[in-house]
Amino acid sequence: MTEPMRGTSILGTEVRRVEDPDLLRGRGDFVGDVDLADPTVLHAAFVRSPVPHALVRGIGTGAASDAPGVVAVLTAAELGSDPVPPFAQINDRIGRTALATDRVRFVGEPVALVVATSRAAAVDAGDLVDVDYEELDAVIDLEEALGPDAPRQFPELGSNLALAVKDPEGEPDVLAGAHHVARLRMENNRMATSPIEGHGILVRPTPLAPASGEAGEVTGLDVTLGTQHPHLAKRLLVRWTGLPADDVRVRAPHVGGAFGGKAGIVPEHAAVVRASCRLGRPVRWVETRSESMLSMSSRGQVQYAELGVDQEGRITGMRARLVGDCGAYAGFGGSFASGSTRTMSEGAYRIPRLRYDAVSVLTNTAPTGAFRGAGRPEAAAMVERLVDHAARESGLTPEEFRRRNYVPADAFPHETKFGARYDTGDYAGTLEVALERAGVEGLRAEQRRRREQGASWQLGIGIASYVEVTGFGGSEYAGIRVARDGSLTVMAGTSAHGQGHATAFSMLVADQLGLPMERVTYVQSDTAQVRTGGGTGGARSLQLGGSAVLGAAVELRERATRVAADLLEVAEADIELVDGTFSVRGVPGAAVDWDDVARYAHDESDGLQVDHDFSQDGSTFPFGTHVSVVEVDVETGAVRLLRHVAVDDCGVVVNPLLVRGQQQGGCVQGISQALWEEFRYDEWGNPVTASFADYTLPSTGDLVQLETTSTTTPTDRNPLGAKGIGEAATVGSTPAVQNAVVDAVAHLGVRHVDIPCTPERVLTAIREAQRGEHHPWREPPAVFDDLPDLDAVDDVEV
Amino acid sequence: MIPPEFDYAAPGTVSEALALLAEHGDEAKVLAGGQSLLPVLRMRLNAPGIVIDISRIEEIKGITESGDAVRIGAGATYQDVLDSALVSEHLGLLHKALTEVADAQIRHRGTVCGALVHADPAGDVGAPVLALDARMVIQGPDGERTVDASDFFVDLFETAVGEDELLTAVEIPKHTGWGAHYEKFVRVSHQWAIIGIAAAVRVEGGTIAEAKVGLTNMGSTPLRATSVEQALVGKEATEDAVAEACAQVGEGTDPPSDLNGQADYRKHVAGVLTRRAVVAAAGG
Ligand SMILES: Cc1cc2nc3c(=O)[nH]c(=O)nc-3n(C[C@H](O)[C@H](O)[C@H](O)COP(=O)(O)OP(=O)(O)OC[C@H]3O[C@@H](n4cnc5c(N)ncnc54)[C@H](O)[C@@H]3O)c2cc1C
Repeated sequence: MTEPMRGTSILGTEVRRVEDPDLLRGRGDFVGDVDLADPTVLHAAFVRSPVPHALVRGIGTGAASDAPGVVAVLTAAELGSDPVPPFAQINDRIGRTALATDRVRFVGEPVALVVATSRAAAVDAGDLVDVDYEELDAVIDLEEALGPDAPRQFPELGSNLALAVKDPEGEPDVLAGAHHVARLRMENNRMATSPIEGHGILVRPTPLAPASGEAGEVTGLDVTLGTQHPHLAKRLLVRWTGLPADDVRVRAPHVGGAFGGKAGIVPEHAAVVRASCRLGRPVRWVETRSESMLSMSSRGQVQYAELGVDQEGRITGMRARLVGDCGAYAGFGGSFASGSTRTMSEGAYRIPRLRYDAVSVLTNTAPTGAFRGAGRPEAAAMVERLVDHAARESGLTPEEFRRRNYVPADAFPHETKFGARYDTGDYAGTLEVALERAGVEGLRAEQRRRREQGASWQLGIGIASYVEVTGFGGSEYAGIRVARDGSLTVMAGTSAHGQGHATAFSMLVADQLGLPMERVTYVQSDTAQVRTGGGTGGARSLQLGGSAVLGAAVELRERATRVAADLLEVAEADIELVDGTFSVRGVPGAAVDWDDVARYAHDESDGLQVDHDFSQDGSTFPFGTHVSVVEVDVETGAVRLLRHVAVDDCGVVVNPLLVRGQQQGGCVQGISQALWEEFRYDEWGNPVTASFADYTLPSTGDLVQLETTSTTTPTDRNPLGAKGIGEAATVGSTPAVQNAVVDAVAHLGVRHVDIPCTPERVLTAIREAQRGEHHPWREPPAVFDDLPDLDAVDDVEV
Repeated sequence: MIPPEFDYAAPGTVSEALALLAEHGDEAKVLAGGQSLLPVLRMRLNAPGIVIDISRIEEIKGITESGDAVRIGAGATYQDVLDSALVSEHLGLLHKALTEVADAQIRHRGTVCGALVHADPAGDVGAPVLALDARMVIQGPDGERTVDASDFFVDLFETAVGEDELLTAVEIPKHTGWGAHYEKFVRVSHQWAIIGIAAAVRVEGGTIAEAKVGLTNMGSTPLRATSVEQALVGKEATEDAVAEACAQVGEGTDPPSDLNGQADYRKHVAGVLTRRAVVAAAGG
C-alpha cells in the first residue's frame, strides 16, 4: 500500500516528543486544571466505606446537608440503584451501582456523594455523613474465598465464583508419559495502578438550572474526562443518562498516565454525571491519591502449573489451574485468569498438550481492573518461572532449555490451542542477542566465584523469553483536514495519555507528504471532533491508529497529486511529490508547492480532507528476551538489582525514542512487581498499603541504567509492520528478575520465591531449604476437582 | 486530602510561642518543618484548632558549639545539619544517619528537633542521638530544663516534651575522631527504616576502645544496645571478632511485626546489620 518514500524519511529516527514542551513547563491541562477560575463549577467528594463488608442500615445526611457551602448530599436513593454500564462485565448477575445500595463490599466503596461550592467544603461535609454499617465477615484470601463457608458478598450467587473456564477437551492426562514433571504454585501479586494523575471528571450539563429555582430536564452534556477511551466513555454515558448520542460530548485533556486504570468510565464518574444532571449545574471531581490507592488495582492470581518434559528437556505437556482475583464485584480484572492469561498460556513454546482450568473469585477487596498488560504479564510470569524451574530440574541451562522448546522462527503463523494466531517471531533471535549483551558466560563465572567464596552477596542471572498479544484486531479511524493555508489537522480515534501519539502520528503524515512536522496539528480524544475511536489500551495505538493515519496520509497524497495535476495541466502519473513540492517529471521549473495546492483545492472545491478506517485482521504478537542480574544477600534476604537487559521486538519502529520510553517505563513497572510493589490487605480486609509511605513504589534511586535494545521482526498484519510495545517490557521483565532471584540462591536449595521477592520471603526460602522444608508445590484447591463451567468472558466493548 | 480548618500563628519568639501554647492547650499543635504534621493533618488523623509555626523564630535557629557539645537549634533543618562543618567534624554518626533520611526535598524542610518530638520509632534521628548521649533542651511555662536522651523517648510518638513545652535544641557531646556508620535497611530507597543501626566506635591500635550502638525500629522507641557496646570493648575491629558480640543485638528487644518483616526476622537481621555497621564504623 505504501510506496517507498522519496527524499529522506524521518520514520525510524529519534524525533523528540512534540508533547513535552507543554508538559515539562507545566502548561498541559488536566481535568483538575480545566476552567479553574469558573465559580459556577461545583465540587464533589465521596464518602467511602471504612469497612470491607457490611450491610448499610441507614445513611444520615442531615448534618452534612446543613454544613456551609453544601449544595447536595446524595446517596443511592437519589442517584439510582441501576447498574452502571461497565467497561467489561464478566458475570451478568453481578452489576455495580454508582453508589453502594444496601451493602458495601470493600474498603473505599463510595456510599455517598457530597456536592459543595468548594472542594474543602465538600470534604469537610463528607466527614459529617453518618452511615450505619452492620459489619459482616469478609474474605480476602483468594483460596479461602473458594471455601464452602466463605463469607459471600452476593449471597444469591451461592458462592464467590464469578467465572470459570474448564478445559474444553478436559484431557486429564496431559502430563502422562513425561520423563519428569516440574511443578510450582505461584502467586502473582496485586498491584496499585498508581498513575501520576488519579481519576478526574468535569461535567457541564445543558441547560443550566436557573440561578434560583429547580433544575429542569437536562438535554445535553459536555464531559471533560481523564480516560483512555473517550468514545467508549461517551457510549457508556449515553446508556447511563438516556440522552441522545448527539448531545453528549466527551473529551479527554492531557491524562497523567493510566496504565489500564482509566478504561472507559468508573462508577464514580457515573455518580458525578447523575449528580450534575440532577442539579443542572457543572460538577467536578478530582480523585485524591488516597482514593486512587483504595480503588485502582490489578493483577492478583494464584497459579498452579505443571510442566511435563522428556529426557531431552523437551516439553511434553502442561497443566495449569488458576485462581484469579476479581476483588469486589466482577470487573475486567476478574476476566484475566479465564481470558488473556489463558490465551497466552503457551508462551513462546511448543506445548503439545495443554490443559487449562481457571476460576475467578470475589473477595472483599477493591475490584481489579487492567494494569499494563492485563493478564498477559500473569501468563508470562507463570510460563517463564515454570520453564526456568523445569530447566533446572532437567539439568539444562535456562537458555538451552528454551532453545529446545521455542516455536521456531520458520513455524509462523503459529496457532495455539486457545486460538491465538501468532503472526511472526524469532524467539531464539532475541535470546541470543540478550545473552550476548548481558555477557551471560562472564556473569556465570562471577557467580561461581562468589559461590565458592561463600560470599554474603550471591549473584543471580535470570532469563525470560516472552510473547504477548497486542492490538486485538478491530478497526481504527483517522482523518486529515487541510486548511486553506496548507496546514494540516490530523485526527485519530486512539487516545494518548503519555504515549506520544501526537509525535508518532504527525511523523507519519509529515513523512508521507514531505512536509515539516510543525505544519501538522494533532487532534484526539474529543468525540465532537473525532468521528469514532477505539481509544488506547492493549498496545493498539500505533498498529491500528498509526496504520489508519498512514492510510489517510496516502489517500491525501493521492488526492493532492490529482489537484496538482489539475493545476499544472498534466497527467497525474507525471507528478512527483518531494519535500512538499509537486513537480512534473522531466520538466524543470514546472512545479507547484503544497500551499498552492491547498489554496487551489479550497478555492475550486471544498478543500482537501480524507477520512480513513483501518481494520486489522487479528492481533500482533510482540516478543523478546530479558536478562536480569541481581545480588541477593543470603544473610538478610535483601535483593539488589544490578543490571537489566531488555531485548524487545515490536516489529517496525517508527520512533525509537518513543519505543525506548515504553521499554524503560515497562521495565520499571515489571521489575517493581518482582521486587517491591504489592497492594496488601490485612486478614480482616483493611488495606495496609494505602499510601505511598507503605506501598513501596520505587524511585530512580532504586533503579539502574536499563539496557534496552530492539530487534525488528515485522508483522504482516498492518502496513506499518508494527506491533505493540506499550506493555511488552512489563510482561518480560518481571519473570526475568524473579528468575534471577531464584538463581542467586538456587545452590542453597531454593527453587521458588513468590513475587514480590521481599527480603523476608527470600530469607525464609533459604532457611526452609536448609531445613529441607522448601515446598514450591502443593495440590490446588478442591474447586478444580469438580469445576462448574460458568459463562465465558464477554468481549470487552471497545 | 484537605486538612480540616485550623487557625495559624507564626510567633517571632520562643516566649510568644509558649504563651500561645499555654493559651490554647491541647487545641494547639506546633509546626516546625511540617513533614510529619502536614501528612497527619491532611489524612485527618488530627484536627488541631490552631497550628503554631515555630519556623520563623530566629533565636532557635542555628548550629553552634557549646562547650564539649554541638547544639542544634529547633529551627535547624536536616540539610542545615548536614551542611554544618561542626557536625561533620564532631558528630560523624549523626551526619551519616541524616544522609539516609527521606529525600532531598524533605531534608530541606524537616527539622531534627521536630523529628525527635514526633518520635516515630522508624525515624532515623532517634537512634544516633540516643547513642551519642545527647541532652534535650526543653522550654516551658516554668523555664528551661534539660533531659537526657535516655529519658526522653517515652513510647510510640511520645516524648518527655509536654503539651505546653517546646524542644528548643538538642545538645550532642562531641565524638571527634570516632568512626561511625548508619546502616539503614529498606526495600526502596526513600522508605522509612525497616531497621536502622547507628554505630560509633573509637578504635585504638586496631582494637575497639569504646562503642556506641543505637537501634531504629526495634521497639516502640529508639533503643541503645548497651550489652553489645560492652561486649565490643577490647575486640579487634574485624568482622570475625565482632560477629559474636553483634549477633545477639535483638535479645530483649520487642520489634514490630509488619508488612516489611516479622519480629523474629527483624531480630535476626539486626544482628547481621549491627556487625556490618560496627565493622564499617571501625573503617573496615
Ligand atoms: C515522604 C516522607 C518520607 C520520610 N522519610 C523519612 C525517613 O526516611 N526517615 C526519617 O527519619 N524520617 C522520614 N520522614 C519524616 C521526617 O523526617 C520527620 O518526621 C520530620 O522531618 C519531622 O520534622 P518536622 O520539622 O518536619 O516536624 P513537623 O512535622 O513540623 O512536626 C512533627 C511533630 O513534632 C512536633 N514538633 C515539631 N517541632 C517541635 C518542637 N521544636 N517542640 C515541640 N514539638 C515540636 C509537632 O507538633 C508535630 O507533632 C519522612 C517524611 C515524609 C513526608
